[in-house]
Amino acid sequence: MSADGLASKSDKGAQHEVVRELYARFGESPFTFQPTVDKLPTLWVDQSRLGDVLRYLRNTIARPYKMLYDLTAVDERLRKNRQGLPPADFTVVYQLLSIERNSDLRLKVALTGDYPSLPSIVGIYANANWYEREVWDLFGITFNGHPNLQRIMLPRTWQGHPLRKEYPARATEFDPYALTVAKQDMEQEALRFNPEEWGMKRGTSEEDFMFLNLGPNHPSAHGAFRIVLQLDGEEIVDCVPDIGYHHRGAEKMGERQSWHTFIPYTDRIDYLGGVMNNLPYVLAVEKLAGIEVPDRVKTIRVMMAEFFRICSHLLYYGTYCQDVGAMSPVFFMFVDRKKAYDVIEAITGFRMHPAWYRIGGVAHDLPQGWDRLVREFVEYLPKRLDEYQKAALENSILKMRSRDVAAYNTEQALDWGVTGAGLRATGLGYDLRKARPYSGYENFDFEVPVAHHGDVYDRCLVRVEEMRQSVRIIKQCLENMPAGPYKADHPLTCPPPKERTLQDIETLITHFLGVSWGPVIPAGESCQMIEATKGINSYYLTSDGSTMSYRTRIRTPSFAHLQQIPSVIRGAMVPDLIAYIASIDFVMADVDR
Amino acid sequence: MVDHLLTAALAWFNVWKPYIFTAVTTLIILLGLVIVAAWMIWLERRLLGLWQDRYGPNRVGPLGLGQVIADMIKIFFKEDWLPPFVDKPTFVLAPAIAMSMMLLGFAVIPLSATLGVADLNIGLLFFLAIAGLSVYAVMLGGWSSNSKYSLLGGVRSTAQTISYEVFMGIALMGVVMQTGSFSLRDIVNAQQGSSFGFIPHWNMFSQVLGLIVWVPAALAVTHRTPFDLPEAESELVQGYHTEYSGMKFGMFMVSEYVGIVMVSALTTTLFFGGWLGPFVDRLPWLGFFWFAGKTFLFMASYILVRASLPRPRYDQIMAAGWKFCLPVALLNMVVTGALVLWKAGV
Repeated sequence: MSADGLASKSDKGAQHEVVRELYARFGESPFTFQPTVDKLPTLWVDQSRLGDVLRYLRNTIARPYKMLYDLTAVDERLRKNRQGLPPADFTVVYQLLSIERNSDLRLKVALTGDYPSLPSIVGIYANANWYEREVWDLFGITFNGHPNLQRIMLPRTWQGHPLRKEYPARATEFDPYALTVAKQDMEQEALRFNPEEWGMKRGTSEEDFMFLNLGPNHPSAHGAFRIVLQLDGEEIVDCVPDIGYHHRGAEKMGERQSWHTFIPYTDRIDYLGGVMNNLPYVLAVEKLAGIEVPDRVKTIRVMMAEFFRICSHLLYYGTYCQDVGAMSPVFFMFVDRKKAYDVIEAITGFRMHPAWYRIGGVAHDLPQGWDRLVREFVEYLPKRLDEYQKAALENSILKMRSRDVAAYNTEQALDWGVTGAGLRATGLGYDLRKARPYSGYENFDFEVPVAHHGDVYDRCLVRVEEMRQSVRIIKQCLENMPAGPYKADHPLTCPPPKERTLQDIETLITHFLGVSWGPVIPAGESCQMIEATKGINSYYLTSDGSTMSYRTRIRTPSFAHLQQIPSVIRGAMVPDLIAYIASIDFVMADVDR
Repeated sequence: MVDHLLTAALAWFNVWKPYIFTAVTTLIILLGLVIVAAWMIWLERRLLGLWQDRYGPNRVGPLGLGQVIADMIKIFFKEDWLPPFVDKPTFVLAPAIAMSMMLLGFAVIPLSATLGVADLNIGLLFFLAIAGLSVYAVMLGGWSSNSKYSLLGGVRSTAQTISYEVFMGIALMGVVMQTGSFSLRDIVNAQQGSSFGFIPHWNMFSQVLGLIVWVPAALAVTHRTPFDLPEAESELVQGYHTEYSGMKFGMFMVSEYVGIVMVSALTTTLFFGGWLGPFVDRLPWLGFFWFAGKTFLFMASYILVRASLPRPRYDQIMAAGWKFCLPVALLNMVVTGALVLWKAGV
């Protein structure tokens, strides 16, 4: 069984405009079209033509693909359902995004050999840098011409490349871990920063630079984030962000958990986003499974997702004020957050990580009296936001600290793959809830807040306004909550429908398998992007017709945002960096996965 | 024989009586100051709690008042830890300087018409000198710690000092010119009397500009928000005292609060009539309570400032110091000087 219809060899993808343009420019021979369930134009391209194709798409083509949205790889060696696809041991996948077309293009390069290599594209898309390092780190695929192909997620002393299929996924498959003194010293030494490696000078003829290790433990690093600063006084000459301290191998876990049991792991990707993280995952799985969910499910999902957007933004608001030195606001915002979590807890049973969405629905129906709780909250919050406007946002010192600090324009934002409020603060109102509505967002009346300076202050402004819009959306959910079931009537929903199990044997068997193994999702590829709390978050799932995902790619916004830091902060001062970090709104779990 | 000895002792006592009396009052006042400062930590935590919708310490003793004692006991029994990489003598010296300078600075402040540690005729100059010296605590602490965050804290402190010390001194010269004396007791006495029976002749009216400039300078002396750049916890971890722990950290901590008490007391003395207030002429003991009450008000306002303001960048502070405060202070000095000369009929 296959969701993509891989066999339909005759489909050359000519229904997609960009595919026609590419055929016209390069001919059909370098490409192989692959139909996918997410209808995202997917082309396999010859390794030799990759550079030309990307350059054409970025620079020459009308309405270009300015953003390298994602770059990842798949270990194809154990994949069974790949009829009609070019032979490959590994595939490197490039996903490009065009704002003008409001559409994406997925390019794949087939690689053969156990440790294959291909040319780096850092020269074309600057933000490919970290993605290529990640692919090298986790797959062992070499990118020729990469400026500094180092491990990024794992420690430099690590042996092996964990996302390869031969690499074990469980701690029980390894020898017990032991940390000897010698090993500790070696690990410490591996963490020592070496400026020359990054093309930095230790000083000029007149002065030495100071190299300051900010993090991985620092009050304002928002998690285990390390950034090494090259300082001249307090001025930042250059810096190198170092991530990976929060890496838990979520993508690898995706290959060992059933489709259903992976949902709680998604909660912890952006750990402030709660059920918002479930959304792209379950939507992608539902596409593969061909499940159409009832309206009530869509509306409940939207409502809870917006609740978590508010929670996440409130925390952002508070810590943002705290990082520019105001100590009180964060306490007020935590009070509000607590009230929101009270509502969330009453509905889902949990506060931060409810893992509440299910494939084909949600875990249970809304409880009695949910509307009163939700109404109380949406009436309470806007007044508090008005207060903060005066208490925090209009404070002249706060403005002084954040106006024109760490500013970038739309073009730079697209170059670095910036999405979410960081992009909208530059004046580009690109919000997936409007641009590519999912889960019924097209039925809601709300605005996309934008600001125009692209600085620290504007990023905060946009998020504050987004909270008001979220309140608006929740109100509409409250007033127009559709009646109906909270789960789709489909054999692949989780947990599967039980009502008729004692009446006919077919349903009983499906139910038994669905509960014991978990659902078997048809083979295929699907990607779902959503406007998450911190930017665009997506799950790119490859199913091989099994109870587990063959490959789970989690594209998170924070990863891209951190990569951008050096280009923005050069020449600024340490306090500016702190304000900038605060304004990005990232959590390290969302960066490292 | 016994008689003889007793007489001798009495004679000796009579000779030394004023000194002993002074020593005892000094000890009481300075000890009282340290205790007040320590309890101000409690006050700050409670007030911040009140303003931030939470409780603050409320477990130890009534209203949590015993929290300070508990903290003190804890901090006394902590290991006196010297990190191996520090410059030891300087590292130890820095908190001692911090503490002693703040105590010394308080010595020149008159608490009431009769109370006070020392009446120096150069009282205000003495304070300015002490304020200058107290920066060494931060600078040496930051430098000797041999840690990058501490160093940055020390550098910031130095930069901040050279920008506020100048206008602080000049801002206070207006008061001095008006009074014609550096003695703080004289300055208070010169603020006696009132217009229309209810507007006191406090310097806050005649020296508005001086006061405006003095307030930020006073905040800066104590390194409190928004002038807490040397320790800016969201940027420099703990700034100059990142490497300190135990009692040495405790001395930095308490000295900060002693500084707040001192500067609040000084604001009271210079601009708000010190111990002067209604009924002081009839009930002189009331003077101390007026003084304490006014000082307390300023101490509380310090806490309110901390609760409500973010922290500027240090180049912004320096810019504000040189481009706004200094010209205002100079203007104030020139105008006051002209008025003094005009009144004197020169």
